[in-house]
Amino acid sequence: MADNSVVDARGLSCPIPVIRTKKALDAQPDKLVVLVDAQVQVENVTRMAKSKGYVVKEVKKEGDTFRILIVRGK
Amino acid sequence: MSRERVLILISGGVVGLLGVLLVVFGNPPNMVFCIACFERDIAGALGLHRASVVQYIRPEIIGIVLGALIASLAFREFRAEGGSSPILRFFVAMFVMMGALVFLGCPLRMILRLAGGDLNALVAFAGFATGIYIGVLLLKAGFNFGAAKRQKAASGWALPLFMLLLLVLLIFAPQFKQNGPIFFSKKGPGSMHAPILLSLLAGLVVGFLAQRSRLCLMGGTRDLFLIGDTHLLSGFGMVLLVAFIGNLIAGRVHFGFAGQPVAHDEHLWNFLGMSVVGLGSVLLGGCPLRQLVLAGRGNTDSAIAVLGMIVGAAFAHNFNTAASPKGVPFWGAFIAVFGLAVCVLIGILNREKV
Repeated sequence: MADNSVVDARGLSCPIPVIRTKKALDAQPDKLVVLVDAQVQVENVTRMAKSKGYVVKEVKKEGDTFRILIVRGK
Repeated sequence: MSRERVLILISGGVVGLLGVLLVVFGNPPNMVFCIACFERDIAGALGLHRASVVQYIRPEIIGIVLGALIASLAFREFRAEGGSSPILRFFVAMFVMMGALVFLGCPLRMILRLAGGDLNALVAFAGFATGIYIGVLLLKAGFNFGAAKRQKAASGWALPLFMLLLLVLLIFAPQFKQNGPIFFSKKGPGSMHAPILLSLLAGLVVGFLAQRSRLCLMGGTRDLFLIGDTHLLSGFGMVLLVAFIGNLIAGRVHFGFAGQPVAHDEHLWNFLGMSVVGLGSVLLGGCPLRQLVLAGRGNTDSAIAVLGMIVGAAFAHNFNTAASPKGVPFWGAFIAVFGLAVCVLIGILNREKV
């Protein structure tokens, strides 16, 4: 998996996970994985993805990490 | 409407409503639920400063932290974490407090003052938004205090337990020596307070809801500038709307600049004081209310920020930087400019490659 398809925003304060997600989505990828470690960041990242015309396909909890899979919306 | 949106609107509305109710039941007019003022009162009660009119252990502050703790435990969000530039957060929080005490209010009291017709709060809001805008520029330039790491649960519990200790000190009010702490004001704003149980309950409700809804009174303006998102701003708006309607019903709206309760009308310093609060809150990742809530759900960087604000309040009164209804002292003007400069510098020095 290429580096730019994963955003690791674990441990970062608001709104940096959202800024990083936005920056990655600005490049118009088909899909993006964002790693965060707080429920509030899942909500923030999801909101950002929606505003960019993307959808959150899946949120998987792996230990402390939430793995958010974002794909292009139809 | 999404569940998240409903939650943030309800939280904002409840905060606004409680703001009006607490004044009716004895809190100082237009102060009601000021995080900065109340942490300042706590600093005074502990004797960290000796401004005799602003000393009281405010149960609202205790309640907010514990309410957020309860919500985060109930919904499995409690998580001890920290280590994201704690020492810089401590100093930024000190400046946030000192800036707030130049204006005489945190962002929440700014809204509640506006809802009572105090137009100085409009000037302050312009300054607040300007500070946030500077913060947004720093964020865009790569500002980042770094990642927090998972910590042992004991760290996350430290501040909530300290709040419980404060509650014990409030209820039993022991005298540790003659003319010594615990200090409670006999006159002035510190002597005006709603019944303990009501204040504590109000704090618990606000803390619980704010943890669930992520209500932040800086985040709304920041997100609007940064990404054009109005989610958090809708919470800010609801506080204003409900408090304004409540004040109208209670007959407490008096439009004007002069003679507002516990306020002054030195526009430049109202503007600059809240600029520090805006910028500092962006650096901290949340307004003073949000810091209390994050501290309750186990974030020790926010716990450090809360302590920084309490210490900042002590400095503000000991070193004569805090304003009063008579106006802003020379050192208050100084600290507003100095605080702004230091916060900008901290922002610049903590950029990473973007």
